[in-house]
Amino acid sequence: MNAPTPAEALAPPALAAPAAVSAAERAARQQQIVAALRPLLPAHALLHSREDTVPYECDGLTAYRALPLAVALPETEAQVAAVLKACHAIGVPVVARGAGTGLSGGAMPHTEGLVLSLAKFNKILKLDPLARTAVVQCGVRNLAISEAAAPFGLYYAPDPSSQIACTIGGNVAENSGGVHCLKYGLTVHNVLKVRGFTAEGEAVEFGSDALDCAGLDLLAVVIGSEGMLAVTTEVTVKLTPKPQLARCIMASFGDVRDAGNAVAAVIAAGIIPAGLEMMDKPMTAAVEDFVRAGYDLDAAAILLCESDGTPEEVEEEIGRMLAVLGGCGATRLQVSESEAQRLTFWSGRKNAFPASGRISPDYMCMDSTIPRKRLADILIAIAEMEKKYELRCCNVFHAGDGNLHPLILFDANDPDQLHRCEQFGADILETSVALGGTVTGEHGVGVEKLSSMCVQFSPEERTQMVAVKTAFDPVGTLNPGKVIPTLHRCAEYGRMHVKKGLLPFPELERF
Amino acid sequence: MADAALDAIVDRVRAARADKTPLAITGGGTKAFYGGPVTGAPLDVRPLAGISSYEPSELVVTVRAGTPLAELEAALAEKGQCLPFEPPRFAAGGTVGGMVAAGLSGPARPAVGGVRDYVLGATLLNGKAEVVSFGGQVMKNVAGYDVSRLLAGSMGLLGVLCEVSLKVLPQPVAAATLRFELDEAAALRQLNTWGGQPLPLSASAWWDGMLVLRLAGAAAAVQSAKRALGGEVIDAALAAGFWQGMRDQTDEFFVGAAKAVQGGATLWRLAVPQTAPPLGLPGEQLLEWGGAQRWVVTSAPAPALRDVAARAGGHATAFRGGAQGDAFAPVAPALMTIHRGLKHAFDPDRIFNPGRLYPEL
Repeated sequence: MNAPTPAEALAPPALAAPAAVSAAERAARQQQIVAALRPLLPAHALLHSREDTVPYECDGLTAYRALPLAVALPETEAQVAAVLKACHAIGVPVVARGAGTGLSGGAMPHTEGLVLSLAKFNKILKLDPLARTAVVQCGVRNLAISEAAAPFGLYYAPDPSSQIACTIGGNVAENSGGVHCLKYGLTVHNVLKVRGFTAEGEAVEFGSDALDCAGLDLLAVVIGSEGMLAVTTEVTVKLTPKPQLARCIMASFGDVRDAGNAVAAVIAAGIIPAGLEMMDKPMTAAVEDFVRAGYDLDAAAILLCESDGTPEEVEEEIGRMLAVLGGCGATRLQVSESEAQRLTFWSGRKNAFPASGRISPDYMCMDSTIPRKRLADILIAIAEMEKKYELRCCNVFHAGDGNLHPLILFDANDPDQLHRCEQFGADILETSVALGGTVTGEHGVGVEKLSSMCVQFSPEERTQMVAVKTAFDPVGTLNPGKVIPTLHRCAEYGRMHVKKGLLPFPELERF
Repeated sequence: MADAALDAIVDRVRAARADKTPLAITGGGTKAFYGGPVTGAPLDVRPLAGISSYEPSELVVTVRAGTPLAELEAALAEKGQCLPFEPPRFAAGGTVGGMVAAGLSGPARPAVGGVRDYVLGATLLNGKAEVVSFGGQVMKNVAGYDVSRLLAGSMGLLGVLCEVSLKVLPQPVAAATLRFELDEAAALRQLNTWGGQPLPLSASAWWDGMLVLRLAGAAAAVQSAKRALGGEVIDAALAAGFWQGMRDQTDEFFVGAAKAVQGGATLWRLAVPQTAPPLGLPGEQLLEWGGAQRWVVTSAPAPALRDVAARAGGHATAFRGGAQGDAFAPVAPALMTIHRGLKHAFDPDRIFNPGRLYPEL
C-alpha cells in the first residue's frame, strides 16, 4: 500500500474535478452516460450510485483518487465495442481497468468519465502446449496462466511481484517485468498478439500468431501504453519450458559499493543470472523481522543471485557466480540446497513491501532505473537524502536490471513528512535521470510521475508522444490526462521545483 | 549529438520539408531490394558514424545509425559479446540504422527474439526536422510510449534514425549442430516437440528432407542436449559456414532463389505460427525458426501466397522480386488508419521514404 495522501495535494490540475462543473451539471452528465449505456449492458453491469463506484476510485496507488461518473462491467467483446462507440459518440473519457494493482495511478478514474472494468474477461480460452502459446482474456491473472501451463512443463515468464492478483491486460498496459526479466524478458518479449478495440470501438489485432506481422510493429508501442492507445480484451502469450532446476546464492557484503561492483562483475563475466536482486541493511532488518529467513543482519547489502537450467548447467554456473562474488569481497556466501531453501531465500525479497508496512505508518515506493554500474552511487546518494529530508529509506533493487525500488518511510498524517517524502522521491527520480537512467522501470507513469516526465523528455519529445496518442485515439477518449504531461504542467513544475540549482537564474525569487 | 554531420542532415530535412521534396534514406544499400520503390533524393546517413558508448558490463551499446554493422559486431566480439538476433547482412557495407529500420533477424530469432526486442532507445530526426529521443540505455524503461521499438522494421517511414541503444549479450559459450533426415511434416512435429522442452535450441533449417539443428548455450547444457537428441553431429567449422549462409542468405537455397528471381519468380517470406502444417505451395521451400519462417521460391501469384499465409495465421512478404509496390501484405483497415495517423504524427509532409512500406504511406 502506498501512502494515503490528500488527493487535492497531489492530483494533477488537469485531473482534479474542474471547479466550473457544478453538482447539477455533473448529475446531468451522469444521467446522459447512464441513458446511453443502459440499453447496451445488463442492468447489473452498469454502476453509477456513489456506494457502487467508490470501490473504483483508485488503483494500487491509493494516494490518488477520483470518483468516476459510472462504471461499466461488460461481459462480451460486443458489449465493450458498444460501450466504446457510445462513449466516443458523446465524448466521455474511458479508463480501462483490470485488477487495479497498478502502482502509478494508471487506472485512476476520470471525474467526468467512465471506468471500463474488464474483470469479467477472466477465461483462459486456449492453451496449446505444442505451439507453447496461451490465448487468454485480459482479466486472467498473471499467475493463473503459469498454473494452467504447469502440467505441460511450461510457464509464463514475466513474474511481477503482484502476480497472484495482477491481470495480463494490466501487464500489457504497463509492460510489466519481474525478478526474472533480465534473462527472460519483459511483457513485450513474451506477448505475440493483443486483441482489443480502438477508442472508436473498432476491433483490432496487434501482432499475430507468427513471430512478426505486416506493417509497423504496433504491438511494440501498444504494450506499455498504459491504456491510452487501445482497450485490450484478449492476449496471446508465449509459454516457456520450465527449467529443470533453479538454485540461489545469498551473498553478504560489508559495503554497498562492493555489492554494486559485484553486480557489474557478474554480468561482465558473461553470466546472465535468472535473477539478481539486492537489499540494503535497513531492508534486510525489516524483512528478517517479518519472515525470519536467516538473513545476515550485519551485511551492508545482500545479493540474491539465481541460476537455472539443467542440473549440469546450474552447477557450472553457480561455481562461476561464487567465484565472481567471492572475488568482489562477499563476506558470506550461501547456496540453496533445496527448493524449500531457495524459496526461503526469496521470501524476504518478495515480502519487502509488507515488511516495510510493518515498520512505518506509510511508505512511498519509487521505481527508477539506472545503469547497473551506478548502483553504489545511487545508494550513497539516497543515504545523503535520508539526512537531508530527515526520513528513512529501505532499498530493494532488481539489481540485474538496475531497477530501484527505494521505499521511503513516512507518516502521512504529518503534512510536513508527506511534503518531505514527495521531495525525497522527486530527488531520487531526478538523480536517476542524471545518472543516465529513467524515472520508471516497470510501474508506469500513470498520474504519479507526470511531473518527472518533464525532467526526462524535451517539449518536442512530449509533443511527439502526444502525436502518437492522436494517431490511435484522435479525440483523446482513452485514459486522458495520464502518461504525457501537458506543456503547461511542465512549465509549472519547472517553476516550482528548483533542480539542484541548475535552473536558470537561481538567485531570482520565484514566490 | 550536436555535430556537423547531424547538422547537415537536419538542414537537408528542413530544406526537403520546405520544398516538399521526398528523401530516400540510405545507408550501405544492402537491402535496397527490400520493400517498395522510393522516388526521392538519396539521403546518405553514413556520415553519422561511430560507437558512442559501449560498456560490456552494462550489456548496452549506443551506436550512431550510419556505423557499419560489421564495425559494431567486431567491437562486440572483442569483448565476447554479440547481437544475439543475428541480423542478416546480405552483403558488405550494411549499417546499424538499416538493420533497425528493416527489422530483419537471422536464424536465432525464435530462441532469443528479434531486432525490436533488443532496441532500448533511439534518437530520431522526425519530419519536422526535430531531433527527439525515446527509451534510453537501461533494460527496463516504461517512461512514455515505447517509440524506439516501433522504429524497428519501420522502413524509414517515421524519420531518420540517428542513434540507437541496443541490448547485447555474451556470446554462447558452446554450440553444436546436428542433422536429421526427416520429411517436412515430421520435421515440424519434431521441432515443436523439442521446443516445449528445456533444451538449448538456437536455430533450425529444413530443406529437401534434411533438418539441421543448432544448440547453443552453457557447455553442460549443450552436451546433455546433444546426447539426448541424437542425429548426426556436424563438424563445427562446416556448421559455422552453414549458419552464416542461412543468416546472410548466401546458402545454396538462396543462390538458387536469386537465379529464379532473375528468371521472373519471387522469393517469398512467410511468417506463420511454428505449428502451421506444411503449406503445400508449389516451388522450393526452406523452413527456418522452428517452422515460423518459411521461404518459398515460386511464380505463383501474390494473392495465392497471401491467402495461404493468412489462413495459417501469418503473412507473406515478396522478399525479392514480385510486383512493384506490393512487397508487404496489406493490413486491416483499422490498422491502416493507425499507420496513416503515425505517418502524419512523425512526418506530416510525407518526405521520408514514401512508398517503401506501403504505396500510400
